Amino acid sequence: MPLVEVRHLVKHFHRGGGFLRAKTIVKAVDDVSFSIEEGETFALVGESGSGKSTTGRCMLRLVEPTSGDVLFRGENVLGFSSARMRAARRDMQMVFQDPYSSLNPRMRAFTIVEEPLVIHRIGSKPERRDRVAELFRLVGLDPAHLDRYPHEFSGGQRQRIGLARALALNPSFIIADEPVSALDVSIQAQVINLLMDLQQQLKLTYLFVAHDLRLVRHISGRVAVMYLGKIVEMGATASIFENAQHAYTKALLSAVPVTDPDAPRTRIELDPALVNLAAPLRQIGAGHFAAV
Amino acid sequence: MSDTLLTVENLTTAFEGGGRVLTAVNGVSFEIRKGETLGLVGESGSGKSVTAFSLIRLVQPPGRITSGRILFQGRDLLTLSEPEMRHVRGAGIGFVFQEPMAALNPVMRVGAHIAEALIVHGLASKSDARTRAIDLLRAVRITDPEKRVDDYPHQLSGGMRQRVMMAIAIACKPPLVIADEPTTALDVTVQAQILELLRDMKREFDLSLLLITHDLGVIAETADRVAVMYAARIVEQGPVREIFRNPRHPYTRGLLASIPDGAAGSRLKAIEGAVPDLAALPPGCSFAPRCSDRMDVCTTAFPDVTQTGDDHSVRCYLYPAPGSRIPVPGGVR
Repeated sequence: MPLVEVRHLVKHFHRGGGFLRAKTIVKAVDDVSFSIEEGETFALVGESGSGKSTTGRCMLRLVEPTSGDVLFRGENVLGFSSARMRAARRDMQMVFQDPYSSLNPRMRAFTIVEEPLVIHRIGSKPERRDRVAELFRLVGLDPAHLDRYPHEFSGGQRQRIGLARALALNPSFIIADEPVSALDVSIQAQVINLLMDLQQQLKLTYLFVAHDLRLVRHISGRVAVMYLGKIVEMGATASIFENAQHAYTKALLSAVPVTDPDAPRTRIELDPALVNLAAPLRQIGAGHFAAV
Repeated sequence: MSDTLLTVENLTTAFEGGGRVLTAVNGVSFEIRKGETLGLVGESGSGKSVTAFSLIRLVQPPGRITSGRILFQGRDLLTLSEPEMRHVRGAGIGFVFQEPMAALNPVMRVGAHIAEALIVHGLASKSDARTRAIDLLRAVRITDPEKRVDDYPHQLSGGMRQRVMMAIAIACKPPLVIADEPTTALDVTVQAQILELLRDMKREFDLSLLLITHDLGVIAETADRVAVMYAARIVEQGPVREIFRNPRHPYTRGLLASIPDGAAGSRLKAIEGAVPDLAALPPGCSFAPRCSDRMDVCTTAFPDVTQTGDDHSVRCYLYPAPGSRIPVPGGVR
């Protein structure tokens, strides 16, 4: 049984409906299905507006999906009561993109990381202090800095605080939404290495939401490519990168700048008119699906 | 040299406040030749954007250019009066910024932005400015320019807005365009289109380009020469092939090594530590605390520029200038 299974997930946003203006429906996530095995890193890639972040948020019910199922260890979390959902979130956590806006500037790093333990009534005060110090060491922060405020940390360190908070309740599944895209190049590599180390150490399963294909290629085992709310191609990372079938995947891959001044550049332009969004995913190779 | 368009010598820009002096650009020297693209690469806070704003003398107070020379078309821009400088901005040097939405006036139509640039510089009358604006929109490959000229900035996509910025930048046919992170806020497929447009514009309008970015991929695809900035200084510069094939400075080498190369699952070669605070720089070389090749000499003073090859220079004690004291190998920690 996969750890996480998403079936026919749909999220529509209603927009407008103002004076003399008709309501429009934005199909942010439009019938998306995939599953993630325990211990795996699964990546959702796509450009802004593709629905990749909304998919991640729907899975934790940070946004309520319009329809569909999200099975976690075989149970549909979309049917959970709010109390049950709260309990379930102990096992499913999120790391956000921007470590500058996702941490409360008025809270000390200690309080930020301790908060989930307080909410879930875990441990006594001294026990929580020990646990937070342990989490600090786990993510490579110095426990001597527990009482500092977020602005006293660098971007990379702030992202480590966000990660420590996400790990506080010992989750098995983490959704990382663009976890390094706000960081400098030399710092990105540090955080990516940390994410990979923690996965080994704590047997974590990741859903990695990202637009940086170089990074995705590096860390994920399988990839789903989203375009206008739909998955247009999905498969093992190597087979997506080496044998892309969908016109959008090809255009996306060809647009990534290559860090080699002598590399041949063959830009493939996407003609949106040629993309049939109604085409269903079909299997084109071992574990490789494309809407062609 | 006759084919040099811009020569920057020892440029230093500092921000003063609260009794502290923060040097954002520190003794920066480089040149841009006619028809070439110089890529200025660095991380946030390295001083690359302040360098760009210094060139057009638009550093916001309390920032101030404290020394140096900026030679452009035979004149030192730092000696010009403000009205003379206003003429240089636009007619001499065009610019494209990262956030087109912040650079464009939300209540002005696209055409009015371009027309303003043309009229201010006396290159068009009010009556023919509109036609010229439409021509420029067509030049930056905006479809339906006759219609788009009457759009407001919010009606355009991010990529389109950046095309409009480009149209404004080239309106007065400046020989040099500065593009500061022109594609950072854009999706990768749109980024590819804008980079292609920059290359085309450069050819068609005979431009030189200063391209500022943190993305080495963008540099590899667009630049002819590269200058690498770290903590307010240029630590290495040279032809793009030379920098990517034969990087000298440990920081440049670290940056290139930290890029995922497609070897799935392997650890990335990160540069340890963090970019230093410009207000509390370490003694000697600013990169020394993070450097795996650090020697005792590195914490004494910032190293001088050494030519390590044709057109390739570096500021690092690993490459001592001929005749200077060679660091003791035993000093390597």
